[in-house]
Amino acid sequence: MKKAGLYLGIAILGLITLAAIFAPLLTSHDPYAQNLDIRLSVPFWMEGANPDHLLGTDQLGRDYLARLLYGARVSLIIGVLTVIVSGVIGITMGILGGFFGGRVDDVVLFLITTRLAIPVVLVALAVVGLLGSSAVLVVLVLGLLLWDRFAVVARSTTMQVRGLDYVSAAWAAGCSTPRILISEVLPNILSHLAVVATLEMALAILLEAALSFLGLGVPPPLPSWGLMIAEGRDFMFFSAWVIWIPGIALFVLVLAINLLGDGLRDLVGDSR
Amino acid sequence: MSLLEIRDLHVRFGATAAVRGADIVVERGETHCIVGESGCGKSVTSLAVMGLLAKGAQRRAGRMAFDGIDLQPMSERQLSRLRGDRMAMIFQEPMTSLNPAYTVGSQMAEVRTRHKGGSRRAALERAEELLAKVGITAPGLRLGQFPHQLSGGLRQRVMIAMALMNDPELLIADEPTTALDVTIQAQILRLLAQLQSELGLGLMLITHDLGVVARVATRVSVMYAGQVVESAPTAELFANPQHPYTRGLLDCLPVPGKLPPGSQLGTIPGMVPKLTEDFRGCGFRSRCGFAQPACENEIPLTGDNHLCRCVLAQ
Amino acid sequence: MVNFVLRRLVLAALVSLTVLTLAFTLTRLSGDLAISIAGPSATQEDIELVRRSYGLDRPLLEQFFAWVSRAAVGDFGESFFFRARVSDLILERMPVTLTLGLVGLSIALVVSIPMGILAAVRENTWVDRVVQLIAMLGQAMPGFWIGLIMMIFFGLQLGWLPVSGTGSWEHYVMPGAVLAFSAIPALTRLTRSGMIQALGSDYIRTARAKGLSRFSILFKHALRNAALPVVSIASVQLGFMLGGSIVIESVFALHGVGFLAWESITKNDFPVVQAVVLVLAVIYVGLTLAADMLNALLDPRLRG
Repeated sequence: MKKAGLYLGIAILGLITLAAIFAPLLTSHDPYAQNLDIRLSVPFWMEGANPDHLLGTDQLGRDYLARLLYGARVSLIIGVLTVIVSGVIGITMGILGGFFGGRVDDVVLFLITTRLAIPVVLVALAVVGLLGSSAVLVVLVLGLLLWDRFAVVARSTTMQVRGLDYVSAAWAAGCSTPRILISEVLPNILSHLAVVATLEMALAILLEAALSFLGLGVPPPLPSWGLMIAEGRDFMFFSAWVIWIPGIALFVLVLAINLLGDGLRDLVGDSR
Repeated sequence: MSLLEIRDLHVRFGATAAVRGADIVVERGETHCIVGESGCGKSVTSLAVMGLLAKGAQRRAGRMAFDGIDLQPMSERQLSRLRGDRMAMIFQEPMTSLNPAYTVGSQMAEVRTRHKGGSRRAALERAEELLAKVGITAPGLRLGQFPHQLSGGLRQRVMIAMALMNDPELLIADEPTTALDVTIQAQILRLLAQLQSELGLGLMLITHDLGVVARVATRVSVMYAGQVVESAPTAELFANPQHPYTRGLLDCLPVPGKLPPGSQLGTIPGMVPKLTEDFRGCGFRSRCGFAQPACENEIPLTGDNHLCRCVLAQ
Repeated sequence: MVNFVLRRLVLAALVSLTVLTLAFTLTRLSGDLAISIAGPSATQEDIELVRRSYGLDRPLLEQFFAWVSRAAVGDFGESFFFRARVSDLILERMPVTLTLGLVGLSIALVVSIPMGILAAVRENTWVDRVVQLIAMLGQAMPGFWIGLIMMIFFGLQLGWLPVSGTGSWEHYVMPGAVLAFSAIPALTRLTRSGMIQALGSDYIRTARAKGLSRFSILFKHALRNAALPVVSIASVQLGFMLGGSIVIESVFALHGVGFLAWESITKNDFPVVQAVVLVLAVIYVGLTLAADMLNALLDPRLRG
């Protein structure tokens, strides 16, 4: 039963990833090509659909399916890169605090507490607002803001691992501290960090969508799902599908990542 | 009519049999000790009587009656009317058995008001009396304290006082001293024995300590691998043990003067068998010097006042 | 207890100070502030004038200390865009955001605590699985999108609720519900695991042995202990909600602090932006502090 969720998550995430990678093969349309003659044509299940545009077109006549497929690239790339940035920061801090304890740990705990006090969306919006929107900036800002859970989990698991026999043995054998951290501690806490990585990736994708929705994420005309919802907002009362389609895509992607994370958590035997 | 009558009790957790034939009768005003090693099913038996078995446990019995009232068809709601009122129970872990969020007084008073009604004030007065009775000094002060402010021995005294709030006829004590310091153990046992005779309680005392049994029990039932293997009045059991397991158990007791200094105490070789669903017969046969093919059949508990479950006794 | 409170207060002060520094640094990221304030059509003279009048010509450290000393007493300077004192702007908008946050938290608690209890009592049954599924689905939905969908459904199709603005209590229902959505999964899971732990504890066995009613066992004995972590997380969630209200307020055009911050960001009105960041952070710190105190009150073991 629990495994079913894990496999379902992997399957959906795999499909979305493949769709993102092979987007040019799946649609012949250019996600940026405008055609004002066929603005807001409806998707296939509605009356009067244009057979050439399966999911219809947006307010500028761009093919919605193409934008959706290319949009998956934006979400996935930003999600993965953010996790890499925040993971490096958080894991480093967590391992250092958990391994050395004392003053180092006090500093790490203080930084975690401070980070939690900072309103993420607001600061991210402010930075993007001040420096101008770009996908790179979104990754950097989110990466610099979303490391807290990595640090918390890396810290507590490192503390557990530190007390184990093989780490003491490595000490006794005269291994250097960085060597112990990288070759003894890190591999043993990776499974817990993998769970955090999925949670943070899901969060990063949702936040990118929210930032783009508010006009301060990735810049148009990039096909971000958040941006598609923002652009569809003016037409949603008459053509509700323009926000349903990218919203459901976002929902399914995040759900798949969370299913994967929950499944991993059960495998790791972690109750957090 | 006996106070508590259990006939042929069986309890299973999934595919594991925890109790597979327990026969225990507790008379009014007697102390009935149940002895056996950990995992022999003695605690499960007591929890089964109270209807406190964990979710997923399956229970069936030939008869299970309290004061002639059949407990088996009772719903949780009906049973809860009996528990804490006419039959009470104290547990092995005094440190965790009290709710950390409420004061001693509040936890004691609620048993009284739940079953007997009356005001909270009256219940608190009763609680104070009982705390004094179980030997707690400054009972008025203790009423307002939280469990974490009390030592393990004090908490067990509170548990005992709480169990007595409604003058129960039956008190089940599941290894009440195991988690305590040795000096405190003796105090708590003495207290239980004294309260039992003073209040005329039927006391079902579960223990693995034969020394305790010798001191307080009127009657003893020995359990092994989920079955009661022998049951007799205390003096009779110590003088004339019938079941090979009971004999082995008594040989393990260090009795001063019985063995020459420097010689080893008796041990029972082997291990307790794994009690799967289809396990039949005597659980002790793999460790028993008298084992024979007939031991693999179901063996009834036979005898009149001194009962024994062994092919040799038949 | 006094020691505990003091330590928490010092920590809270240090965190606030760090956020203060960050908020200041944040606004200096864009390079020359004078140019952005003066606007695209400004001449070199205008820029110089702006620079002098806002004190931007002085050394950075001096600017920082000037700002900190004024911010410490609640003076955040003047907004460039609104031409009003920043503190007045924030005070004026704060009730909307606070109301929104409290409505959101209330809805979240009212939904998640019963769901968590139900799941715990029916652990490993279909009820439990449905509750966990709901939590998981809720976690995957983007808040702003739910807001829009609700607008279409309840606002337009059913016409039950107003789609934007702040006139009446009805205006807070949808945005509050959307905010609640973000907190429900975490609160439900926490209630569930806390209740499962409590229900499996020795003191619950004692309560059953005492013959207490099912109601008393669940709500008096188990929930009281399971509620402790929920209180902590609830206050943290309220902090997150206030911080996250920027998205919901702009979806529903609620003129609260979040909306103010969003407007200010788009207008490059940096005194407002840094003040809002600081105020929200301090509120969060205050909330976690309050939660710690409340926990100490609720848990006799912490009272010592």
